[in-house]
Amino acid sequence: MKFTVQENKPLTATVYRMTLRGDTRALLRPGQFVQLQLPGFYLRRPFSVYDWSPAERGCMTLVYKTVGRGTEAMTRIPVGATLDALVGLGNGFITDDIPAAAAARAPLLIGGGVGVPPLYGLCRRLLLQGQRPAAVLGFNTREEVILRADFEALGIPVTVATVDGSEGVKGFVADAVETLAAPLDYVYTCGPEPMLRAVHALCGRKGVGGQFSFEERMGCGFGACMGCTCETVTGGKRICKEGPVLVWEEILWQTRG
Amino acid sequence: MADTRVTLSGITLDNPVIPASGTFGFGQEFQDYYDINVLGTFSFKGTTREPRLGNPTPRIAETACGMLNAVGLQNPGVEHVISHELAELATFFHKPVMANVNGFSIEEYAYVAQRLARQPQVGWLEVNVSCPNVHGGGMAFGLAPESAAAVTRAVRAVTDKPLYIKLSPNVTDIVSIARACEDAGADGLCLINTLLGMRIDLRTRKPLLANRTGGLSGPAVFPVALRMVYQVSQAVRVPVIGMGGVASACDVVEMMLAGATAVQVGAQNLVNPCACREIIEDLPRVMERYNIQTLRDITGGAWK
Repeated sequence: MKFTVQENKPLTATVYRMTLRGDTRALLRPGQFVQLQLPGFYLRRPFSVYDWSPAERGCMTLVYKTVGRGTEAMTRIPVGATLDALVGLGNGFITDDIPAAAAARAPLLIGGGVGVPPLYGLCRRLLLQGQRPAAVLGFNTREEVILRADFEALGIPVTVATVDGSEGVKGFVADAVETLAAPLDYVYTCGPEPMLRAVHALCGRKGVGGQFSFEERMGCGFGACMGCTCETVTGGKRICKEGPVLVWEEILWQTRG
Repeated sequence: MADTRVTLSGITLDNPVIPASGTFGFGQEFQDYYDINVLGTFSFKGTTREPRLGNPTPRIAETACGMLNAVGLQNPGVEHVISHELAELATFFHKPVMANVNGFSIEEYAYVAQRLARQPQVGWLEVNVSCPNVHGGGMAFGLAPESAAAVTRAVRAVTDKPLYIKLSPNVTDIVSIARACEDAGADGLCLINTLLGMRIDLRTRKPLLANRTGGLSGPAVFPVALRMVYQVSQAVRVPVIGMGGVASACDVVEMMLAGATAVQVGAQNLVNPCACREIIEDLPRVMERYNIQTLRDITGGAWK
């Protein structure tokens, strides 16, 4: 599927926002991802989707971090360039048919670093469904804080945590969650694995469920190569196909990494 | 009208394009992108007796013009493959399929081969003695003529179905191994499996793959594969299925000129899920450009 680059600009020193125009109808849920073919690189790269408008001539916005040669080259792709993408990959966050007991009316969205972007599309979806989400967003330092204003513009409570204390609550997101007055009843989270582990443990202590979006090196991104399989309570799961979102109950940490 | 048909051990394929094992699952994921009945056939995910989760992640690393994988034969085990994957496949794929057989002992190869050979959908067995990502099995059997021949003999003893042995390029003399398999009763040979390689992360100073090493595939390996197909196909009387970095209809023609009777496409399926459909659509145009009426006639056209 061909997409045209509408925008590709830095948000911080290492995080960029790219907007692409093309057929986005395959994107059904927040938390699904796309596989972009970057000129000069063999394998596609997986990116979460910040937000999108589903249409044959729709738009999707990716917020990505430069982590290697591929994403560094991506920052130099000009507006107007054509990129090939596979869209609507993975399961995404489930917002409409979660178990009744966990049918949260005030779910907490917990994001870390470049794990924050897909929570924005999720937040919009939850608001459309009449829920009252809140967000806790964690970063290393003030310079790395992204999308705070975007979440605040949705009119939800936003707590920012930085590891060095240069903005918001000092510490990790799990520490910031402990400072919240509102009781925790359901969690949606995306971020680096140590953060997911901490949030998972927190959910365990509080007895609440949640959905966790994982990252893994992928070959194909659509379930063919088995490159990203991880072990879960219910057997091996392909992060690209049965994931990237796993529910609290099925996650096994000891065998990961 | 371009004739793209080829024949492998008495079974005629509409075209020589065969997705390679390990890059095509059991077909399901690709059926979402195109009707896979356009394929000559495909080789399904390498199957062992017991279910295997495979190696720890990361299992994938990119390279220049290619990729490394160290999946390690993840599969649900032969009984599940028969009861679930092949049953499901029968609902949407209506051609004989190639069964990729793996083992950690000669007995296991024979057992898995016998179970899969009994399935009516299975047209050919492709016995993989060349997986570089498992220990104590796979490639261990494909590194010497004697052990490769022993696996071939054991599988030959349990089935009359066409038997192809998939060879490793990680050897000093692939021709001697190919000949040993032919002498032991193989009906054909498939080559090449991936080349053993590695990448190191500059930040952590550790190998990128959890398994440390992995198999290199993609266009980077095409010339190596082509050379080996050229050598082996001239040294044996049985058909050779050529594979390794094939990414276009031109590559298919080139591989056949080197001596391949049919051609497998591997890593390219992972980069472009429609790769095989596009190659098949392109073949008649490429044949016309190079004045080829009957594709099967060009096999070995580059010999001498």
